[in-house]
Amino acid sequence: MRKGLMDMTIREAAALLDAEVLCGEDLLDREIASACGSDMMSDVLAFVKEHSILLTGLLNPQVVRTAEMMDMSCIVFVRGKQPGEAILELARSSGIAVLRTEYRMYAACGKLYAAGLRPHASEKI
Amino acid sequence: MSEPIRITYEVDGEDFMSAGTASTDMKRVLRQLGLDSEIIRRAAIAMYEGEINMVIHAHGGVAEVAIYEDRIEMNLIDHGPGIPDVELAMSAGYSTAAENIRELGFGAGMGLPNMKKYTDEMTIETEVGKGTTVRMVVRTV
Repeated sequence: MRKGLMDMTIREAAALLDAEVLCGEDLLDREIASACGSDMMSDVLAFVKEHSILLTGLLNPQVVRTAEMMDMSCIVFVRGKQPGEAILELARSSGIAVLRTEYRMYAACGKLYAAGLRPHASEKI
Repeated sequence: MSEPIRITYEVDGEDFMSAGTASTDMKRVLRQLGLDSEIIRRAAIAMYEGEINMVIHAHGGVAEVAIYEDRIEMNLIDHGPGIPDVELAMSAGYSTAAENIRELGFGAGMGLPNMKKYTDEMTIETEVGKGTTVRMVVRTV
């Protein structure tokens, strides 16, 4: 049914993105089924399915709240954005891994897509 | 019929960064009650959107949650400016949020449509200059 698609672990995603793990070392073997890249949390809340990874350049605690409500297990901050301790603390208490990559949004999404991580089939509006 | 579990949250309208604390807590309670994860997710997203709305538009308010055997009821009560045209506010992409809210990742005009999408019932009572009450129900059986 999901021919050509594959799940990957957070650890594998981190390796593909040359990402630094900022918190959630213990969550790295969790599987992710999909990904979403957005700086607009309103859209994330409207369209994303669970077990996804959230790639964003937006840097505020509502990114973590959004991921938490959506049952997302990992946030990747792109463009080398460095979240502050308040954001990381919220992520720790919510059981969400946080990564940081130097890649920009387009390249970061492209790397995960090329490795087989696809959006949900219903993603086209 | 056993009594519902009732929780009341004050939503601080002055602090955008802390918006979502009520939703986080409600989610934790629903998890402890062992409800289905997809039902919890729907209720939490709807509540979170409502909380964000109250902070962005209405200087905060009160969120009342009642958990019955067969449903979760969420009442979001504010004394903000009210909604002049509910039908317009319900249309996807329509927003009156300020530019600084968009820079924070919200104000795309998806809040109310999203709340309706994730709940089984939603009603809005609103009066311009008086405030708004949004009542949402997520059925659990």
